[in-house]
Amino acid sequence: MFDWRWDFAFEILPRLLQATLNTLAAAGIGYGIAVVLGLVFALAQRTPSRFVTLVVRECVEFIRSTPLVLQIFFVFFVAPQFGIRLSPWVAGMIAIGLHYSAYLSEVYRGGIEAVPKGQWEACTALNLSTTKTYFRVIIPQALPPSLAGMGNYLVGIFKDTPMLSVIGVAELMQAANAIGGANYRYLEPYTMVGIIFLAISLPAAGLIKVFEAWVHKKLGMN
Amino acid sequence: MEDMSQYPTELSGPDVPMVRFMNVTKRYGALTVLDSLHLDVSEGEMVTVIGPSGSGKTTVLRMLMTLETINGGVIYLDGKPLTHMEKNGVLVPADAKYLRRARSSIGMCFQHFNLFPHMTALQNCMEGPVQVLGLPKAEARERSEELLSMVGMTDKKDQHPSRLSGGQQQRVAIARALAMRPKVMLFDEVTSALDPEVIGEVTGVIRKLVAEHNLTMLMVTHQMGFARDISDRVCFFFDGKIEEQGAPESLFGNPQCERTQQFLSAVKAAD
Repeated sequence: MFDWRWDFAFEILPRLLQATLNTLAAAGIGYGIAVVLGLVFALAQRTPSRFVTLVVRECVEFIRSTPLVLQIFFVFFVAPQFGIRLSPWVAGMIAIGLHYSAYLSEVYRGGIEAVPKGQWEACTALNLSTTKTYFRVIIPQALPPSLAGMGNYLVGIFKDTPMLSVIGVAELMQAANAIGGANYRYLEPYTMVGIIFLAISLPAAGLIKVFEAWVHKKLGMN
Repeated sequence: MEDMSQYPTELSGPDVPMVRFMNVTKRYGALTVLDSLHLDVSEGEMVTVIGPSGSGKTTVLRMLMTLETINGGVIYLDGKPLTHMEKNGVLVPADAKYLRRARSSIGMCFQHFNLFPHMTALQNCMEGPVQVLGLPKAEARERSEELLSMVGMTDKKDQHPSRLSGGQQQRVAIARALAMRPKVMLFDEVTSALDPEVIGEVTGVIRKLVAEHNLTMLMVTHQMGFARDISDRVCFFFDGKIEEQGAPESLFGNPQCERTQQFLSAVKAAD
């Protein structure tokens, strides 16, 4: 049988919950960066300049084709050689935000391309500026079909935050490692980390579905 | 390269037309859709374009709305070039900024309405006046409500397009275009996507516009009876050219060209 010790589990629980807050913060901040930067990447690929389109397109492909953990190491350990010294948190947020912005830009791109051509033509006929065409007509319509993909990546970024432990960001995984190392007991901390992830991921996926339905209704697109 | 010096940088004289297509050519690859088109539309005139599909009639409206670029010639609007702008006394293709200003007095309604689905009927109508013309919301609302009542959509003004029938959506689309106070209105097969029983709602609104407003209008339609009733002039397009044009009574009653006769009798047989 397992040698599970409840007293040890309860003893380390506060510390793990504390670290959970850091994990949530890391996922939230990283996702916030990705949501905004992803939109920038998606729109940059639609500018009339073919050079800009090509450069951004290649950057997105590069980020998507290399492992996140390599990118985290790269930002944290290589940036100082260019004179940029970053704390683990800042480096981690940049790396994970950038990584997911590449994925989100593809989600947005799909959403934008799904908007019928007639909508663009109506904007021209009403003489809306390019900026207003995007922000008042195209993006509001590109968003609802993008929500499912955006939700997946929100859960995805949350589950990828343990990778930040490799540069010493004090999130859940790092706390579990530290507890395990100090007490020579790994069963309880790792099991509890798994349960905490599950307890957050599962309801989050459900909430995203509810939010999706609400947005569709709000925009009259049901 | 076309010699642009043959085109005046501005039209002058006593009867400057509201719209002038001068030598306009449109090609898609090797296919010539419009071949050296000449067409004038006077202020307040209602001109209808008819013809078989693929004859280039919708392209005429789309070029005027600047949805399509042109490959040759110049389009003038109210005496000023629309597709081109003056540079050192010669016309050069217009840039995006010039186009935006030049097309501001043109409105267009589409076959598939193209209402914004995330906005109510009223919000659709207010969008242009508020976001483009910079009108205060109250004023834009008043203007939009007036137009929605004109097209008989007051009771549905807070509905999203998904809750409206095709005929209702098209009437909102007409109100939305009119809210920008255009000088020229373009109707591109506005009844083609509608169920037969609601076509009358939309043609009724256009009839009212013709009767009560001095708008310049260009319309592409397959409703021959409607075209005959309300047009000042009808142009029959065939193979990228105007094959025949004239007053509706003469074009429908006594067509001169063989192709016009064939087209009209084919349409009549189908009715």
